[in-house]
Amino acid sequence: MLSNKTDYRKLLMTLLAWSVGLLIFFPILWTILTSFKTEADAIASPPLFLSFDWTLENYTEVQERSNYFRHFWNSVVISLGSTVLGLLIAIPAAWAMAFVPAKNTKNILMWMLSTKMLPPVGVLIPIFLIFRDTGLLDTLTGLVIVLTLINLPIIVWMLYTYFKEIPGEILEAARMDGATLWSEIIHVLTPMALPGIASTMLLNIILAWNEAFWTLSLTAAKAAPLTAFIASYSSPEGLFYAKLSAASTMAIAPILIMGWFSQKQLVRGLTFGAVK
Amino acid sequence: MGSIKLENVSKSFGTVEVIPPLNLDINEGEFVVFVGPSGCGKSTLLRLIAGLEDVTSGTISIDGQDATEIRPARRGLAMVFQSYALYPHMSVRKNIAFPLKMAKLDQAEIDRKVNKAAEVLNLASYIDRRPGQLSGGQRQRVAIGRAIVREPKAFLFDEPLSNLDAALRVNMRLEISELHQNLKTTMVYVTHDQVEAMTMADKIVVLRAGVIEQVGSPLELYRQPANKFVASFIGSPKMNFIDGEAASKYQAHTIGVRPEHLRFSRESGPWKGVVGVAEHLGSDTFLYVTLEGGEQFTVRTVGNAEFHHGDVVYLSAEPENIYRFDENGLAIK
Repeated sequence: MLSNKTDYRKLLMTLLAWSVGLLIFFPILWTILTSFKTEADAIASPPLFLSFDWTLENYTEVQERSNYFRHFWNSVVISLGSTVLGLLIAIPAAWAMAFVPAKNTKNILMWMLSTKMLPPVGVLIPIFLIFRDTGLLDTLTGLVIVLTLINLPIIVWMLYTYFKEIPGEILEAARMDGATLWSEIIHVLTPMALPGIASTMLLNIILAWNEAFWTLSLTAAKAAPLTAFIASYSSPEGLFYAKLSAASTMAIAPILIMGWFSQKQLVRGLTFGAVK
Repeated sequence: MGSIKLENVSKSFGTVEVIPPLNLDINEGEFVVFVGPSGCGKSTLLRLIAGLEDVTSGTISIDGQDATEIRPARRGLAMVFQSYALYPHMSVRKNIAFPLKMAKLDQAEIDRKVNKAAEVLNLASYIDRRPGQLSGGQRQRVAIGRAIVREPKAFLFDEPLSNLDAALRVNMRLEISELHQNLKTTMVYVTHDQVEAMTMADKIVVLRAGVIEQVGSPLELYRQPANKFVASFIGSPKMNFIDGEAASKYQAHTIGVRPEHLRFSRESGPWKGVVGVAEHLGSDTFLYVTLEGGEQFTVRTVGNAEFHHGDVVYLSAEPENIYRFDENGLAIK
């Protein structure tokens, strides 16, 4: 029974939260539903919500027309590769910024962040030419490098924030205990910052998985990840909504599932340090 | 093993000089306490010895060897921090074993040393717990355990007891003193608490604004303070001071009398005053007396002294218990 004001308030807040949640999730839900429709049902007006003939033919056709698993594998390599490489560079960098800051550390951090404000297309031509001349076009190595560099500012910033939370005395204790710089980072800093590192890793995997501009611009066939796989369905032949939706569902499913299972970690990581 | 020598050591942060050049000898096996008010540079000095801060100039030698440029891990010193600085993700056992693991000792040797330290410090019953599950006193013991397993040339303590409650502080103070008796290793201990300094030290170094005001044994400092600052800092309650005419009678700018050296009478004496507050502690009574000239005096007397607010008292002191200082605050011998 709703007995008092607080209970009504709670109910109202719950309803509001659910509504906002559903509103945000609706495009994904609509994509998933459309992927099970025929092309005719997909463009029907008024739109059909659940009362249509459910079919799997889009999925079979998509798999026949293009090799999903090769794209999937490319996406895995690119997102994991760029994340691991990014962390290897960012952990020592964030360590230095958090524990031995120089006069300009704050400025460097701001400068790094400012590179994220630049429209990527501004550097497309130089990077394209460099990639062409070094034979990195349409290679997984090339994409791993470019995505590492693109996401590095965010990784460094996130790790810097987590590392700042770790008391410097503990690292000094490790130094007194005979730890070298690497032992200090591996045995003390990393395990203590693990929740933060894990959420940085998850976020970076998601960012790299979803990155479309560079993956579309720098690949043709061999190294194309799932973003290119989706894009190939908005082709000159016209838009096939049902097939495009099936391709999109297949592309976003892995990251959606990963996000679902790791949401606790992600939320904890993103709000880490907000409250002491 | 364990002598430390500081020659012309100074430290500046940017343009601020926190420690002007100073010299100090710490002998092998000595228990040396750096004491002084907050911000006097005592912790910085300890961190310079540890190597956690670089000296701006001067040299630090450990056992006769120049250690100025040697990194902390190689100096052979162990440090106990104010915040304990235990590794929160490791059990007590792993915390204590960490320095041994870093020294690449074999596992059997590590186990033997950890078990011995655990036994000495009564850590055995919680050796597999994590620091978060321990009380403040237990954490401090673990921090000390982590320091002793290394068998360092010297121990550095940075206000190790200031996070503990009063009763525990007394216990730990005794434990550390006992540890020093048993190990006979050099210990350098930083505190702002002069009682800790007096009770633990072989040698006290009194610091003010990065400058060493006096070095000596606790009783030397108590009996022959070099200046007004040391006189007021060492001893509890603080020494009472009086300037002007009363001091000029003794050919001094200022004279000082310790609360325990003041005598009082209800009839007559050189310094007349009125009792503001009388604190009856049982063993002692502290009287806070306002003299006619406005000076505040603290008097320490026996527990059964019957004084109350508003009582008039006359204070006096034996000449040998009167400390004389010149206009610069330096003691007149």
